[in-house]
Amino acid sequence: MDRNSNAYTFIFAVALVVIVAAVLAFTATSLKPLQDNNVRNEKMQNILTTLNITSEKSEIESNFNLYIKQQIALKSDGTIDANVNAFTIDLKKEIKKPLNEQRFPLYVAEKDGKTFYIVPLFGSGLWDAIWGYIALDADKNTIVGAVFDHKGETPGLGAEINQQWFGDLFIGKKILKDANQGFTSEGNFVSVKVVKGGTPDDNLHGVDGISGGTITSDAVSKMVQERLSNYLLYFQNN
Amino acid sequence: MSDKEKLFSKKNLQLLKDPLDDNNPISVQVLGICSALAITVKLEPAIVMSISVLFVVTASNVIVSLLRNFIPNRIRIIVQLVIVAALVILVDQVLKAYAYDVSKQLSVFVGLIITNCIVMGRLEAFALANGPWKSFLDGIGNSFGYALILVIVAFLRELLGSGKLFGIQIIPQFFYDNGYQNNGFMLLSPMALIVVGMLIWAQRARNKKLIEK
Repeated sequence: MDRNSNAYTFIFAVALVVIVAAVLAFTATSLKPLQDNNVRNEKMQNILTTLNITSEKSEIESNFNLYIKQQIALKSDGTIDANVNAFTIDLKKEIKKPLNEQRFPLYVAEKDGKTFYIVPLFGSGLWDAIWGYIALDADKNTIVGAVFDHKGETPGLGAEINQQWFGDLFIGKKILKDANQGFTSEGNFVSVKVVKGGTPDDNLHGVDGISGGTITSDAVSKMVQERLSNYLLYFQNN
Repeated sequence: MSDKEKLFSKKNLQLLKDPLDDNNPISVQVLGICSALAITVKLEPAIVMSISVLFVVTASNVIVSLLRNFIPNRIRIIVQLVIVAALVILVDQVLKAYAYDVSKQLSVFVGLIITNCIVMGRLEAFALANGPWKSFLDGIGNSFGYALILVIVAFLRELLGSGKLFGIQIIPQFFYDNGYQNNGFMLLSPMALIVVGMLIWAQRARNKKLIEK
């Protein structure tokens, strides 16, 4: 057959594409379970990291089951929706729904006999999504750990939020102005802000911002504030 | 390959050796620079990237070389692209399944192997005109040439930039106590370019063949 004819060219192209598609489809399908498992493990590890628990790859799942006692999905009125599995909630999709249809996942952990509350975070950074987990002490006021990650923040600037030192800045900070006032009283929930130019160590509601990463820093503040605010009713009543 | 020629004849060995020095894809041909800048902050991703490129260049070289007498000339670039793209997706999927952490660090740069000029360059310049065995050697040689530069740059950047190698602290605490500081500039992309430039300088000072008249 003439290699320069149109027919040959078409046949060759079609055959090539079909073969390539078959190979790729086969690989993607056969590797899917492993990839999903990696994503799951990462999520579990991120949640555990807020409590300063590090585990080998093989232990992640058992550690998660050991420390995380409850996984609950909250409605916007602070009551529990028992029909929803908190772990499978995809915040990216959830956050686009109207507030009263959203479900807010909350992980209740127990470590060394103490109870901790871990709130998943999700928001938009400068270029793309940012997310993280923040762990609160039994008083639901003091932060005991935080991890953040991002999809595409500027390397060296905003991207630094996924570094351990940044998450560690949040440790010991408080989300309430006055712990005795309760979660729902007006103006008492102040969250923790990432402050441009830095903040004194004794500021309980602010952490140092990242130089050159102001928009990402602000996005983190906004995300923490927005997400935590949805849990106040539950915290108040429990 | 002629019938009499041995598998590792002098000429064939030359295919392996040339790209390491005299005809290095990065330092002499100045191809594939973008990835050399982006993923050389640490050694581990640089090595995984090198292995990925090794696989893609070699496999695509062999496949195109096997098909070279069947590929319609008018669509040969498209055919090459489809083959390269398929191989790159394979690598990406495998990394996501078996080396998730590294694949996250490499992020888009695995996908961008498609645009690495070394890949298409070798296909056009070599695989289309030579047999599979020679193309295989050429692919190996060129990827090692690429890997060599990547690893040297990543070694220097990680050591001087974060005081670590493979994420393990190398520079002792004693140095820091006495005022030693990691050079943060090493972690930024411009420094990769400068390091590559210095490598080219060093190479040319040593290898007189490369000096243009």
